[in-house]
Amino acid sequence: MTVSQATRRPILAGRQTTTPNATVTVAPPASRLSLRVPAGTVAAVSKALGIELPTRPKASASANGRHALWLGPDEWLVIDESGADLAGLLGSVADFHSAVDVSHRNVGFIVSGTGAAMTINAGCPQDLSLAAFPVGAVSRTILHKIEIVLYRTGEAEFRVECWRSFADYAFTFLSAAARDGSS
Amino acid sequence: MLLIRCPYCEEERPELEFRHAGEAHIARSSEMTELSDDEFEKFFFVRQNPKGLIFERWRHIHGCGRFFNAARDTVTDKFHLTYKAGEPKPEITLMAPAEPAAWANREPSELNVDMPSKEGGR
Amino acid sequence: MTETFRMAGAGRLTPAKAVRFSFDGTSYQGVAGDTLASALLANGVHLVGRSFKYHRPRGFLSAGAEEPNALVGVHRDAARRTPNVRATVQEIYDGLSAVSQNRWPSLAYDIGEANDLGSPFFSAGFYYKTFMWPKAAWDKVYEPFIRRAAGLGVAPDEPDPDHYSSLYAHCDVLVLGGGAAGIATATAAAASGARVILCDEQAEFGGALRFETGARIDGKPGWDWAQASVANLKGRENVRVLTRTTAFGYYAQNLVGLVERVSDHLATPGDQPRERLWQVRAGKVVIATGAIERHMVFADNDRPGVMLASAARTYLNHYGVAVGRNVGIFTANDSAYAAAFDLKKAGVQIAAIVDLRDDPRGAVIEEARGLGIEVLTGHTVTKTGGRLRVSSIAVAPNAGGAARVIPVDALLMSSGWTPSVHLFSQSRGKVAFDDATQRFLPGQYAQDCVSIGACNGTDTLDAVIEEAYAAGENAVSGTKVLRPAATTSENWTGGMLGAAPGAGPDDTVKAFVDFQNDVTAKDLRQAVREGMRSIEHVKRFTTNGMATDQGKTSNMHGLAIAAETLGKPIPEVGLTTFRAPYTPVTFGAIVGHSRGSLFDPTRRTAMHGFAEKNGAVFEDVGQWKRAWYFPQAGEDMHQAVARETKNVRRSAGIFDASTLGKIEIVGPDAAQFMELLYTNPWAKLEPGRCRYGIMLREDGFIYDDGVVGRLADDRFHVTTTTGGAARVMNHMEDYLQTEFTHLKVYLTSISEQWAVIAVQGPKSREIIAPLVEGIDVSDAALPHMSVREGKICGVPTRLFRMSFTGERGFEINVPADYGEAVMEAVWAEARKHDACLYGTEAMHVLRAEKGYIIVGQETDGTVTPNDAGLDWAIGKKKTDFVGIRGLRRPDLVSGGRKQLVGLKTVDPNVVLEEGAQIVATPGQPMPMKMIGHVTSSYWSPNCGRSIALALVVDGRDKIGERLFVPMPDRVIEVEVTGTVFFEESGERLNG
Repeated sequence: MTVSQATRRPILAGRQTTTPNATVTVAPPASRLSLRVPAGTVAAVSKALGIELPTRPKASASANGRHALWLGPDEWLVIDESGADLAGLLGSVADFHSAVDVSHRNVGFIVSGTGAAMTINAGCPQDLSLAAFPVGAVSRTILHKIEIVLYRTGEAEFRVECWRSFADYAFTFLSAAARDGSS
Repeated sequence: MLLIRCPYCEEERPELEFRHAGEAHIARSSEMTELSDDEFEKFFFVRQNPKGLIFERWRHIHGCGRFFNAARDTVTDKFHLTYKAGEPKPEITLMAPAEPAAWANREPSELNVDMPSKEGGR
Repeated sequence: MTETFRMAGAGRLTPAKAVRFSFDGTSYQGVAGDTLASALLANGVHLVGRSFKYHRPRGFLSAGAEEPNALVGVHRDAARRTPNVRATVQEIYDGLSAVSQNRWPSLAYDIGEANDLGSPFFSAGFYYKTFMWPKAAWDKVYEPFIRRAAGLGVAPDEPDPDHYSSLYAHCDVLVLGGGAAGIATATAAAASGARVILCDEQAEFGGALRFETGARIDGKPGWDWAQASVANLKGRENVRVLTRTTAFGYYAQNLVGLVERVSDHLATPGDQPRERLWQVRAGKVVIATGAIERHMVFADNDRPGVMLASAARTYLNHYGVAVGRNVGIFTANDSAYAAAFDLKKAGVQIAAIVDLRDDPRGAVIEEARGLGIEVLTGHTVTKTGGRLRVSSIAVAPNAGGAARVIPVDALLMSSGWTPSVHLFSQSRGKVAFDDATQRFLPGQYAQDCVSIGACNGTDTLDAVIEEAYAAGENAVSGTKVLRPAATTSENWTGGMLGAAPGAGPDDTVKAFVDFQNDVTAKDLRQAVREGMRSIEHVKRFTTNGMATDQGKTSNMHGLAIAAETLGKPIPEVGLTTFRAPYTPVTFGAIVGHSRGSLFDPTRRTAMHGFAEKNGAVFEDVGQWKRAWYFPQAGEDMHQAVARETKNVRRSAGIFDASTLGKIEIVGPDAAQFMELLYTNPWAKLEPGRCRYGIMLREDGFIYDDGVVGRLADDRFHVTTTTGGAARVMNHMEDYLQTEFTHLKVYLTSISEQWAVIAVQGPKSREIIAPLVEGIDVSDAALPHMSVREGKICGVPTRLFRMSFTGERGFEINVPADYGEAVMEAVWAEARKHDACLYGTEAMHVLRAEKGYIIVGQETDGTVTPNDAGLDWAIGKKKTDFVGIRGLRRPDLVSGGRKQLVGLKTVDPNVVLEEGAQIVATPGQPMPMKMIGHVTSSYWSPNCGRSIALALVVDGRDKIGERLFVPMPDRVIEVEVTGTVFFEESGERLNG
C-alpha cells in the first residue's frame, strides 16, 4: 500500500503586516541547527559547515544564506535559508559536540523598515542603536513576554526567531507594535 | 529595572533577561551519601540571608543561558561585581555601605576589590 | 455663549480656528490650542468643581500640571469616561464633553456643601478618631459611609476600548522639561551628535516662557527663541523631542518612565494609541523641571477666581484670556507684579496690589505706581467675599487694624516659587535646605544626573542659559558651544512660607494649604498640638500633600506651618518623600500591550486546527490550549469522556501529546548525566529502549517524571511533564554547568521540534503499521518501552512504543510542521479500526484506572518515590544521584508518612471531590484529625464505578480498611485499595 507523503504546514505561512513604519513578514521555512561545541572543536565544526563560528559575544557569521549566530560561549544557532541538511554536514566531525535539528522548533520573522528597531523595542529592553547593536549583532533576549533570538541583518532589518508555539504571539505583538510606532 | 553585567556576554544587559538562582559558593559534595544529617541541613536548608553583601547565583536565562555568580548588596540592590561560575569567591574588603550604590552603579574598579588568583580559594 | 474674556490681540492662538465643546451640558466655543481651563475662562466660567471634603466651590488655581482643584470628568463615550482630568492640562477638541465632579444635584447647588458648615466635625484626623467604636459598626455603617463620601470622580464601568503602546528607549542625554533650560541644554548636547531625548508635559515647548514676556534670548522674545530652537532640534536625526510627555518616575541606573499622551487631545484619535509608555535608559539625565508658584495661605483663599499670578499671565499671554475685569493681586514677592503689568497693559483694571512685605523696593514697585496701580505694602488679605466666585477681598495692615473691602472679580496670588525637585528626589538624591532662600534644592546626587535652571535654584535667565549649556556640553563631549545672550526684566526670587497674617494660630478661619485634600493651616497646627512631631506623621494625620497633586503647591506651606508650631527650623522637621508617579498615570499606560491576546502567550500545538475541526473542547494547561474532550452530537462532557475512555480500551484512541517537554541529551557522558539527574539506572539501558524516569530535588522529593528513550549510546530523548518542561531544562542546565562540569554532555530543548501523536489501544499497531516505513512495529521487534527512528508518511519520526493508558501504545514524534498532516493520515487509518479521538480528560481517567501518577496532582513537592509507591524506580546500587541523600533524611524514612493508595467509595456511584480530606472515624469533634487527602477522583467507565487516588498516612498498611471523607452535607465511606483499578496484571501493555 502506498502512503501519501505528509506535506509541511508552516505556521503563519505568508503572513505579513505592513505599516508606514515597518513591515513584519513571516520568514519562509529554513533548516536550523542548535549547535553546542567546546572550544577545541570549533575549528572542525566551522570547516564542516563552511562558515566560521564566531566566538565573540553577540557576533554572527554569514555566507550564502547560511548564518551562524553566537548565543552563548559554546552555543550557536545555525540557520540555512536554502534548507540544507545541516546535521548531515557534521557527520564527519568525530570530536565531542552536539548538533540537534531544530528546523521546526523555531519560526523566523523579518522586521524591516525605518521603524524596525522601534517596533522591536516596543517589547525588547536592549539598546538597538547601530552603535550598541550593529548590523550582524545577535542576541537571545526578551520580546515583551516571550524569549526570542534577535539578529540584525541590516541597518533597518532584523530577523526575529522564536519557538513555534510563541509565533502567534510574536507576530501579533510585532504587528501591533509596528502599527503603534511613534512617527 | 536594573542592568546586570553578564560575565559571559561581557556587557550589561537588562534585568528581564536574568533569573536569580539562590546563594552562591555552596558546593554539592561528591560524596553526598557520606553527609551527616547536620551537614546535609547546612548544605540544603541553611542560607545566610544577610543584610548587606551577599554572594549569589544568577542565570542569564534569556541571554547566553550561563549561570554565573554575583556579589550584591541586599540593602541597596547594587551589584558590586559579577563573575563566571567556578571562579573563586572574590575578597571584597570595602563596600562603602552608606552609599545607595545600586543607584549610583559605580564600576567595580572603583571599589577596593581584591580578586585572588584562581589557584587560591575554591 | 461667546468668548467675552478672550482679549483681541492677546495670546498666541489663532481665533479663526474655533472649537466647540461642552461643560456640564452647556455648549461653549474655544479656540484650537486652548486647554479646557483657558477655554472656560474665555467664557467667564470659573466654577468647575467641588472640593473633596467640604464640597466648597472651586475654580482654577493654576495653568498647568500642578492643578489641585479643577479636576473634571472627560467623556468621549460610555466606555471612555476619564475621571479627575486636570482641566488645565486637557486640550479641547471639537465635541469634547466635560463634566464637573463631586457635586449633587448640581455644581451650583450642592447638598454636600453642608459638610462645610459641619466642618468642626471633619477636622484633621477625624477618620482616625470618629470611627473607632462600636467595632461592629465598621462594616455596616462607617465604611459604606466613608466610601460613598470619599473619592473624586467616577470610574467607567466598561472595558477600556483604547489601546496603549510601550517603548524601551536609550539615549546619551535625557532632558526632562522643555523650558528655557531644557531647550538650551538639549541644543548644547545635540551639537556633539549625541543621542538626545527632550520631553515636556505641555503641548508646546517653552515652559515659563509661555507667560514670561520679559525674557529675551538671542535677540528674540523668549517664546520665539524656544520655538525656533525646538524646530532646529526636531530637524536633527540624533534628537527626539516629545511633547505631552510627562516624566513620572526616576528609577535605578538612570531609567526614567515617561508617559506620552498621544491622542487624548484629538477629536478623532483613529488607530493611534491613547498613550505610550517610554522606559528610557539614559547615559546622563538633565533635570530641568522648573519651579512651581505657591499660593498665599489666608482665609477663604479657595474661592473660584482666586488663582496663581503666573496662571493668570499664562491665560493672558499664551491663550489671550483675561481671568477677570477687575483683578486684585496678593503677593509676597516681585514676580506677581508682572501679572499686574501684563493685565493692565491688556486693558484689565487692577484693583490693588496687596504686598505683604513692609517695605519692598525696586523697579517693579515704582513701575506699578507709575502705571497708576494702588500698591498696599505691609498689608494682608484677611478674607475673600463671594459665593461661587470671588467678589471682594478684605485688606488690612499686617499688624492688625481696620479692614478695607475692595471689590474684585479675580485675585492673583504668589508667595514665591518652589523648585520642582521631585524627580531629583526620586533619583535618590538628597535635597538640602537653603537658608538664604528658604527652599529645598538638590544636594547630594546619587545618579548620573544634573539639575539645572529653576529646579536647581538658578534664578536669573542668563545664569540659567549658561548653566544649561554647560550641562549639555558636559553631558557629552565637553566641547564649548556658543551661547545665546539672555536677559529678563523679571525677578522670581523671594516670597514667604506658611500662613499670612490673619490666618494665624488665633484665627478660626479656613486658610487652605492643600486644596485637593481640603487641609487648612488650622488642621496642621492641630496635628502638632495632638502630638505629631515628624512631618511624615503630620502629613498622614492631616493628609496634607497626599492627594493626586502630591502637594506640589502645598508641601512647603505645610512644612513651614508645622515647623513654626513645633518651634523648630524647617530642615529639622524634614521634607516628606517624593514618590512616583509625579502626576497620575493611567492603568492603561502601565498595562500597555499586555491585554487581550497579548496579556499572556497562548500556545497551540501543531495539531490544534485538526482538533478544532473535529469539535474539540479545549482546556488551559499553563499557557497551552489542550484538547479536553471531543463531544459528539448531543453529548455532554461526562458522556464524551465515558465514550472516549471505553473506546480506547475497546479498540484505540488518538491523542495529541505534543505539549510534553522534550530534551535531547547528547555526549559521551550522556548516560552518566542521566544517572546523576534521575533515580533510575541508565548505564545498561540498550539503545532503542525506553525507561520511565523519576527526577528528584536534592531534598528527595519528586520534581518531575517522564519516559526517556535512548536513541544511541551518546544520545537520549527525554520527556518531561507539560508544566515541567522549562524548569526541568533549567534544573538540568544548573547541575551540568555548576556541579557536574566534568561531564561531556550538551542539552537541547526539542519540545517544539517534535509534534507527538499518541495512538493507544489494542488496535494501535494496526493503525500505524501501514504508515510506517523502515521500522518493524511487531510486538517482538518493537516491544513495550522501546524507540526507533524511521519514517512515517514519508517524514522522519522517532517512534516510541510506550503507554500512559495501560494499553498497547505508540507515540509518534514528527517534526512539528508535519504534525497536522501526519495526524490526518493516522486518523484516516484509525477510523477504519473503530478508534476515537480523545482528550486530556479521558487521558486522566485512563491513567488513573492504571494508578499512574501525574506529577503535580499526586505529588505536591513533599512526596517521595516511596510515598508514591515508586521505590522500584530507584537504582538500589547507585552511589549518587540528585536527591539520594535527601531520601535518607530521618523524616523521610520514619513511619507515619502519607502514602499513595486507591480509594473505592462504598457506594460505587459516589465520586469523591479532589482535595477532600480523609479521617479515620466519622463523628469526631471538630477539628477532626485529618489523615490524608484525595489527589485524583473520577468516574471510571471501564470499571463501572468511581475510583480515586489518595495520600493517606501509612496508607499501604490500611489497604482493606474503611475510612471516611466528611463533606459539608454528609460523610462518605471509602475502602482503601491498591492503586491499580483496571487490569492489575498489566498484560495489555504488551498487546
